[in-house]
Amino acid sequence: MQKTVSLTVNGKPASATVEGRTLLVQLLREMLGLTGTHVGCDTSQCGACVVHVDGEAVKACTLLAVQAEGRNVLTIEGVADGDTLHPMQEAFRDNHALQCGFCTPGMVMSALDLVKNNPDPSEREIREYLEGNLCRCTGYHNIVLAIKAGADAMRGAAPAASAAE
Amino acid sequence: MPSIGTPVRRREDYRFLTGQGTYTDDINRPGQLHAYILRSPHANARLGGIDTKEAASAPGVVAIFTGADMAADGIGGLPCGWLINSKDGSAMKEPPHPVLAVERVRHVGDPVAVVIAESLSEARDAAEKINIAYSVEPAVVDVAAAVRPGAPQVWTEAPGNICYDWHLGDGAAVDAAFAKAAKIVKLDLVNNRLIANAMEPRAAIGEFNRATGEHTLYTTSQNPHVIRLLMGAFVLHIPEARLRVVAPDVGGGFGSKIFHYAEEAIVTWAAPKVRRPVKWTAERSESFMSDAHGRDHVTHVELALDANAKFLALKVSTLANMGAYLSTFATCVPTYLYGTLLAGTYTTPAIYVETKAVFTNTVPVDAYRGAGRPEATFLVERIVDLAADELGLDPAELRRRNFIPANAFPYQTPVALQYDSGDYQTTLQMAEEAAGYAGFEARRQEAARRGKLRGIGIATYIEACGIAPSAVVGSLGARAGLFESAEVRVHPTGSVSVLTGSHSHGQGHETTFAQLVSDGLGIPVEQIEIVHGDTAKIPYGMGTYGSRSIAVGGSAIVKAMDKVVAKGKKIAAHLLEASEADIEFKDGNFSVAGTDRSKSLGEVALTAYVPHNFPHDELEPGLDETAFYDPKNFTFPSGAHIAEVEIDPDTGHLTIVNFTASDDFGRIINPMIVAGQVHGGLAQGIGQALLEGCVYDKATGQLLTGSYNDYAMPRAEDLPDFALSTHVTLCTHNPLGVKGCGEAGAIGAPAAIANAVVDALKGLGVRHVEMPATPEKLWRLIHQHQPRAAAE
Repeated sequence: MQKTVSLTVNGKPASATVEGRTLLVQLLREMLGLTGTHVGCDTSQCGACVVHVDGEAVKACTLLAVQAEGRNVLTIEGVADGDTLHPMQEAFRDNHALQCGFCTPGMVMSALDLVKNNPDPSEREIREYLEGNLCRCTGYHNIVLAIKAGADAMRGAAPAASAAE
Repeated sequence: MPSIGTPVRRREDYRFLTGQGTYTDDINRPGQLHAYILRSPHANARLGGIDTKEAASAPGVVAIFTGADMAADGIGGLPCGWLINSKDGSAMKEPPHPVLAVERVRHVGDPVAVVIAESLSEARDAAEKINIAYSVEPAVVDVAAAVRPGAPQVWTEAPGNICYDWHLGDGAAVDAAFAKAAKIVKLDLVNNRLIANAMEPRAAIGEFNRATGEHTLYTTSQNPHVIRLLMGAFVLHIPEARLRVVAPDVGGGFGSKIFHYAEEAIVTWAAPKVRRPVKWTAERSESFMSDAHGRDHVTHVELALDANAKFLALKVSTLANMGAYLSTFATCVPTYLYGTLLAGTYTTPAIYVETKAVFTNTVPVDAYRGAGRPEATFLVERIVDLAADELGLDPAELRRRNFIPANAFPYQTPVALQYDSGDYQTTLQMAEEAAGYAGFEARRQEAARRGKLRGIGIATYIEACGIAPSAVVGSLGARAGLFESAEVRVHPTGSVSVLTGSHSHGQGHETTFAQLVSDGLGIPVEQIEIVHGDTAKIPYGMGTYGSRSIAVGGSAIVKAMDKVVAKGKKIAAHLLEASEADIEFKDGNFSVAGTDRSKSLGEVALTAYVPHNFPHDELEPGLDETAFYDPKNFTFPSGAHIAEVEIDPDTGHLTIVNFTASDDFGRIINPMIVAGQVHGGLAQGIGQALLEGCVYDKATGQLLTGSYNDYAMPRAEDLPDFALSTHVTLCTHNPLGVKGCGEAGAIGAPAAIANAVVDALKGLGVRHVEMPATPEKLWRLIHQHQPRAAAE
């Protein structure tokens, strides 16, 4: 069974013909060429595919493409303002919160979701919130610092010292 | 201002943060087909007929291949890169490793057939229609069970499932030392089986250009040239000149992406057959049963001490699981990367180790972050702690009493290695101060008042990195050299491309190597491009593993820069009409000593490429130099890690209260990146100690930990903030004085955590805890040792 799905991705209209079993992450990666959203597992554990659907963080491997009909999807490709990184992306860079980069898009999308609901999260709250995102490189230490710094920057607070200093 | 030593922000981050990285699965070739690999559901079975008729006519299917098809095409087996000889001088048993199974499957996940179709879902659907007559036989997965009489035999050519029975050290000297010992401490321990779990699953795309005859393989590899060599020479018989291997952005490796895997050969071989590119990407559950696993040792260790608690001798006997086939580097891990590390940081004068490598019906076991060195460190540091406990000594004091003194380098150990530098006293002292070691007893008592069991654990470690001097490893059985290459190409207007044989899959080489070149050639980082991961671009390379990139790859870059500067001086001397001996190179300028006459690197480069006024009699045009660097010795990073934990006796729940690491990596190029490497290593070491364990069902050989639902990966909540510090003793034999930092955390952390856990429980009479020390295991231990409390 094939069906055409129409949705908004990163502010632009998009559509594709999908099978009933096609996942949102496959639609994004394979049909729309948005390969920044990654697939790291097949049990919805790793969080490398987190995107925002109508403003909510969603693992794009848990949603069928047809369920995205008419929805508004934001992927990592739509986070920066042109060539200028979003403050959360900048905080990840400044705090060395990424190494191989594979989990990074999902981490950034989750971090943005956390900060939207909790603009000034504590270290404990950040660690708890990240239970759905796996990273094998960083030991999370710098990701936690980065999300804190990114949240501060988004609130307009003075930036905390970064990991390197 | 020099760039070396400063936390330059990573140049690779922009593309990763904006979703513009190019990982293998992000690549799609025009007209590509998709491969699905049908794998054995059985641990040990004879393969009867494989009926592909129905599958072949399923929608979208282009081709189905089996092991018989590859055998008919003369395709070779996957090779092992290191020959180990047994005690008796006989060569290890090296059974064949077919790309697709023939006659028999030997582990769950063993590839049996490949279905190639227009889409992955069509390939997967068709694979369900393949009928295979398996004749299931008993399997053995446990390394100790595999060596018992009557165990199922994985290979008829390896009786008793023994691949080799190797030893190192002076057994007679060890026996003599034990005979006169004042104290002997004994321990049986397990080093738990792990799965590397890089977040990017493995993937491979094979492509064949009929017009040029060139094969291309895009793959998730830590060492594309090694894959080209192994696959071209041993498996597919493709001349290297017609085989290009590209390892683009790679999402973590940790060792698991060193090895040459079947899927790489399958897609490369199949592409010309189906006349279209063929892409394969592992599902995570497929990774669990096809990526090489790590560790899996069962060990008995004994330490002999004299009346002053000085170590006299160490005796170690290990069973090491190889899995069903020998993976690329499997055989050297429990031998030359393990036995040689058993002196640790200590002056133990006599050491004897024997390792039996054992075949089982499991996925092949090979190098995983640390590879042999975490296993060595774990047993040394556990037995030292146990000795301290039995002697009533402070574990830090016992270590200090036995450390190799800082003034004793170079230090020859009794297990082949010569350490060039180190200062174990200082790193331990730094860690003790940072961890508040002296004040621990008060914290233990305070925790006890809250009903909690608190413990502190030290581990010191040494590792052999910068792998490796080719002549040395060659004499030990390596079938390859382990040098590195670099090309420093100065372009006509002075920007520089560095082509390195090292491969970055998270380590940040594009930044660290650019810092090296920035200082070496006196040009800004922005003028430097680091190129890696493509055999069509880079002259040669041995890749990244064993914390070798800066020590070996970085040294090759320095050597190539030295050649650039040497040639540049000749060109500058000609331009400045001065003697070459008077030319100095500093901050990007060639100048005549004692004068203000100078030419910039850019001016010299332009002269080299537009050689109108050029010393043609003496020099060739161009400014592009290649160097190969073969290390003179291993490098020896070292350090001390201290863990402090608190356990809730009612639930077995453990909290890491504090983790301190003081490391000596030699000169540090980018402290921010080094700290990140330590963090990640510690997380994996803590994962091994507390969470991770690969479990097979002993009766059926089924993989029980086959997904992230079952295999406990460390999550943010499981880990503490890390307190890091570094102390520098320079490596004495490479030009940068660097030692490497990638594996240290994974090497030191397991023993530090295990020692802390045992320390927390020692009041109950617990003398050892096996990893992973899960809440269930801790709860059972606590309640076994407290029968009345459990009955309440």
